[in-house]
Amino acid sequence: MSDPLVSVDRLNADFFTLLGLPKQFGLNQAALDSRFRELQREVHPDRFAAADDAARRASMMLATQINEAYQTLRSPLKRATYLLNLAGLDVGAESNTAMSPEFLMRQMVWREQLDDARSDGDLTALTQLQAEIDDEVAGAYGNLANALDKGSETTDAVETVRRLMFLEKLHQSINDAIFDMNDC
Amino acid sequence: MALLQIAEPGASPLPHQTRHAIGIDLGTTNSLVASVRSGIAHVMNDVEGRALVPSVVRYMEDGSVLVGYDALKAIAKDPKNTVASVKRLMGRGYSDIEHRENLPLDLVDVPGMVSVKTRQGVKTPVEVSAEILRVLNDRAQQTLKQDIVGAVITVPAYFDDAQRQATKDAARLAGLNVLRLLNEPTAAAVAYGLDNSAEGVYAVYDLGGGTFDISILRLTRGVFEVLATGGDSALGGDDFDRRIYCWVLDQAKLKSPPTVEDTALLLLRAREAKEYLSTHPEAPITARLASGEIVDLTLDMATFAEISQTLVSKTLQPVKKTLRDAGLRVAEVQGVVMVGGATRIPLIQRAVGEFFKQEPLNNLDPDKVVALGAAIQANLLAGNRAPGEDWLLLDVIPLSLGLETMGGLVEKVIPRNSTLPVARAQEFTTYRDGQTAMMIHVVQGERELVDDCRSLARFELRGIPPMVAGAARIRVTFQVDADGLLSVTASEQTTGVEAHVEVKPSYGLSDDQITGMLKASVDNARDDAQTRALKETQVDAQRLIEAVRSALVEDRHLLNDAEYQLIESGIVKLQTASLSGNRRQMTIAMDDLDADCKDFAGRRMNQAVNRALSGKSIESVEATIEQLHQPKMVKESK
Repeated sequence: MSDPLVSVDRLNADFFTLLGLPKQFGLNQAALDSRFRELQREVHPDRFAAADDAARRASMMLATQINEAYQTLRSPLKRATYLLNLAGLDVGAESNTAMSPEFLMRQMVWREQLDDARSDGDLTALTQLQAEIDDEVAGAYGNLANALDKGSETTDAVETVRRLMFLEKLHQSINDAIFDMNDC
Repeated sequence: MALLQIAEPGASPLPHQTRHAIGIDLGTTNSLVASVRSGIAHVMNDVEGRALVPSVVRYMEDGSVLVGYDALKAIAKDPKNTVASVKRLMGRGYSDIEHRENLPLDLVDVPGMVSVKTRQGVKTPVEVSAEILRVLNDRAQQTLKQDIVGAVITVPAYFDDAQRQATKDAARLAGLNVLRLLNEPTAAAVAYGLDNSAEGVYAVYDLGGGTFDISILRLTRGVFEVLATGGDSALGGDDFDRRIYCWVLDQAKLKSPPTVEDTALLLLRAREAKEYLSTHPEAPITARLASGEIVDLTLDMATFAEISQTLVSKTLQPVKKTLRDAGLRVAEVQGVVMVGGATRIPLIQRAVGEFFKQEPLNNLDPDKVVALGAAIQANLLAGNRAPGEDWLLLDVIPLSLGLETMGGLVEKVIPRNSTLPVARAQEFTTYRDGQTAMMIHVVQGERELVDDCRSLARFELRGIPPMVAGAARIRVTFQVDADGLLSVTASEQTTGVEAHVEVKPSYGLSDDQITGMLKASVDNARDDAQTRALKETQVDAQRLIEAVRSALVEDRHLLNDAEYQLIESGIVKLQTASLSGNRRQMTIAMDDLDADCKDFAGRRMNQAVNRALSGKSIESVEATIEQLHQPKMVKESK
C-alpha cells in the first residue's frame, strides 16, 4: 500500500531537500525554523492519533527524520560535516585527527590557559580566552563558507571542520567553567 | 458527478461524533479532572462545586475506601491508614524515600516499589493512586454522561521511566485508557499559550506539592516547542510544610516526643499556616497534642522567609541550568508562567520575579492550569481537532538514554532535551575473541557510570558469529516515539542477527538516588571525567592483554624462551598497574608491553605474508593488527 504522507522519496531525501532548502552551507535560519514547524504540523504523530496503524507508523518515521534533519542543519558544524558526507568526504571525526603542528601547539596553549584560569578562579582570563576562541570560531566558519559554497578546496574544509570540532569543545569547556564560577 | 469528500487528517468529521477524552492532573497534594466541551476546556467540579480532589486515600475498617476531602479530614485522627502525598512514592524503592522518619505512614520495604501498610493490607503506591484516578474518572463520566475514550495524565517533566510506568499502571488499574502522559509544565504552557495567543520564549516555573519542574518553551504560531526541561523530583510545597513543622518542634520545646498522630496534625497545621501567609502577614499555629500539651505559636512572614530561604534558592539552580541547556539568557525570556499551589507563596513570587527581572504571570489559576492543558491535549489526541484549530506540541525527552559499555561506563545514545519522536543508532563491538553474545543494558540518566543511572532494561543479542575482538559490528538503534516510549533494537551487521525490546522498566531496579540525578551530574562532572579516563585506560589495558595472549597461543613458536618470558612479565606488570588504579603507571606499562611485542608482531606479520604468498589468507592476522579506533565495546553476556 502507499501512503500519501510518507513516500519513499521523502524518507530517502537528503536533509536539505526534505526541508526544502538549497544544498549549501549558507543558511537562512528563519526559513529553516519555519519550514521545520510547517512540516511537523503536517506529519507529527499527534495529527494522526486517530488514524490507522500504518499511517501512525509512517508519521512517526517521517517526524523522526524531520527532527534529525532540523538538528543537523541547525548546527553549523553538523551541517558542514553533513555536506562533506554528501560530497563523499569522511570527516572521520574519531579516527583521523591529523592536524597541522601549529594548530596542535595552539590547542595545547589554549588548554593550559583554560586549566590555569580555572584553578586560579580567574574570571577575566576566562572571558578573554572565550573572546579569543569566539574570534577563532567565527574565522573558521568564514573559511568554511568559502570552501563549501564557493567551491574552493574541499580538503581544506575537512581540516577546518576538524579544527572546529576541537574549538567548539573548548568553547563549551570555557562556558562550563564560567558557569561554575558564577554559581558559587 | 459529485466529488468525494475527504476529511483533513486528524480533523473530526462530524460534530456529534465527538469522542470525549479527559485531562487529569494527578498531583501530590490535589488532583483535578478537566475536559473540552464545545471547544472550551473546563475543570469538573463535585456536587458541592469543588474542583480539587485532595490526593488523600483512607482505608476504612469496613473495607471501604475514602478519597479526597473525606479522607483528608481523618489525616490526623487515623494517620497510618490515611495515605497522603503518595506521588512521592510512585516508582521508588524504599531507600529512595527521603525523610522517611517524618512520614506518619508505615512504609514497607518490598522488592520493587516501596509500599504502605494499612489496615486493609499492604498497598502499593500504584494501588493508592488508582483509587484517586477512579474517583476522577467517575466524576468525569457523571459530568459528561458518556463513555470516555481515554485520558491524558500529567506527570512532572522530571519523572523518570519507572515513575511514568507506575503512573500508567495506576491508570490501567482504575480502568482508564491512557492516551498520553504529558509533562505538567508543558500542559500549563499549552493552556496558557492558547488562552493568551502568546508568542516567543516562555519559562514555566512549576512548584507542586512534591516536585519542582522548570521548562523553557518557544511558542510560534501555534507550535509549542519545548527547548529544555529540568527540575528536582523531590522538592515541593510539602518541604515548606516540613520546615514549618521543624520550626514548631524547635519553638514548642515539647516535654514528650510527638506521636505519629501529633506529627500528622502538626504537618496539617503547618500547611494551613503556609497557605494563610500567602494573604496575611502572620499565621497562628495551635494544636492540642496527644499528651495534652498545647502548641500555641505565631509564625510571621519574616521568620517563614528565613526558614524557607534555602528551599527557594534550591529551585533557582535547575532554572539556571535549564536556561543554559536551552542556550538562552534571562533577557530572552518573554514571560514566566507560574504553576502549582506553592507558587502562591509570596517569597517565591518575589524570588522568581527577581531572577527573571519581570513580574511572573498569574492570570490562570495555578491549581487548574495543568488539568486544563491536559484536557486540551486529550481532546486533540481523541481526534477532535476542530477546523482551524492548528496547534502542535513538540516535546522532548527529559533524561538522556544510553547503553552500558565495558568498565561500567555509559555511552549516551540520545541526549536529554532531544525533540520527540527521535531515533539514533550507534555501533558497538565485541570485547573478546569469539564472543557470540552481547548484553545490551539500557540506562537513563546524565552520569557517566552505569551505577549512577537508572537501569531500564537488559536484553541479549545472541548468535553473533565468532570473530576476533573488535571485528563485529553491532548496530544498536534507540527509537522514542511521541509518547516517550523507548524501543531498542540490536543487530549484527554482517549476519543480520537481531534482537529487540520494548522498554518497560521494573521499579526500584539498581535504583540509586534518582532524585538529584541531574544536579549530581553537574557536581560530579569532574570526578566522572577522571573516573571515565581511568576506566577507559583499564579497558584498553585488558584489550591489549587479550590481544597479546591470543597471539601467544597462536604463535608461541616465533619466540625464544627469553623473549617469551619478557612478554609474560610485561603482561603481569600491566595487570598489576591496572589493578592499582594509577592511570600513569598503566600507560607506561602498556607502552612497555607494546615495545616488548614489537619484534614478535613483526615476525607474525612476516609469517602471515609468507603464508599469503603460499596461498593462505592474511585476513585473520590483519584483523588482529588493526586494533585502533574501534567502536565502543560491550561485554559478553553471562
